Amino acid sequence: MKALLKKYKFDFPIIIVFILFIGSSFYFNYNPGKQIFEDNFWMFFKEMILVIPMMFILIGLFDVWIPKERIQKHIGDASGLKGMLLVMLLAFIQAGPLYAAFPVAYLLWKKGCSPVNVFIYISAFTTAKIPMLTFEIGFLGLKFSLLRILITIPVFILIGIIMGRYFKRNECKINEG
Amino acid sequence: MIPLTIFTTMLVIISFIVDRKKTIKGIKKGLKQFLKILPTLLSVIIIISIVLFFVSDKFLMEYLGKEAGLGAYVSAAAIGSVSLLPGFIAYPLAGILLQSGVSYSVIAVFITTLMMVGILTIPIEARYFGLKTTIIRNTLSFIGAITVGTVMAFIYYLI
Repeated sequence: MKALLKKYKFDFPIIIVFILFIGSSFYFNYNPGKQIFEDNFWMFFKEMILVIPMMFILIGLFDVWIPKERIQKHIGDASGLKGMLLVMLLAFIQAGPLYAAFPVAYLLWKKGCSPVNVFIYISAFTTAKIPMLTFEIGFLGLKFSLLRILITIPVFILIGIIMGRYFKRNECKINEG
Repeated sequence: MIPLTIFTTMLVIISFIVDRKKTIKGIKKGLKQFLKILPTLLSVIIIISIVLFFVSDKFLMEYLGKEAGLGAYVSAAAIGSVSLLPGFIAYPLAGILLQSGVSYSVIAVFITTLMMVGILTIPIEARYFGLKTTIIRNTLSFIGAITVGTVMAFIYYLI
């Protein structure tokens, strides 16, 4: 219990204060509070409660079914350019908010994905998800999207390589969450 | 949302047919991880909801608009790094900004920082990677996003 309180020492107070704030906003008819809840919080909450658990189920299944050797061979330390392309592809076909990428990154790392590829995965995830691309092209145009993606890919490969080196040199690890 | 549901259900059913025990173990493992991160997720989306309340369309127009000049880039990078907007909100919003006269290059900085840098999600990222690695990654991504935005600005001037 004490360990739990310590682990979430910022989270629990924030949640409690928010519940009190929203509760009293509705009670006293305080509009900003109601707006924060109805327009913003509810949208994120729905996403979190409907989409994210399914993602974690997929992660769990992946964990028990896919053997480490296979991952290691394809996206491990010796996987080179092919490994990079594979993790990018994996990231591009996914959807969801940035925080959905971290548990996947943990799993990949646990299964033997190289640190460079883990960070390329995260950056790729933030940059160009195919489901979102249709939105971007629709609102900002094909030229904007293409340019942005073409310029961003070398940048995030570079970030991946720097982060991967840092990660290895400092013997960092990724936690379960 | 719906494709993900169908996909997950199908995989669970197939997995269940092949190996019941393994499937239950996998689902349990996954959901346990979800519960572990849930308090942090909740507190982060609470903060984001409050920040979003202040970052309205009007607010963005004022700071990213035509008259804002070089300051517009700084604002775009700052607001983009702090906010976390789902794509289905960010892109329509960027479209509105564009129509109201905000330049493509400012939009590029805004969109790239919005996607690559997540200051408000640092607590979640730090649970997995540790605080130091998280801060380094976000700093590098910030520099990267500014670079992308600047290059795009130049290209838009040239073409």
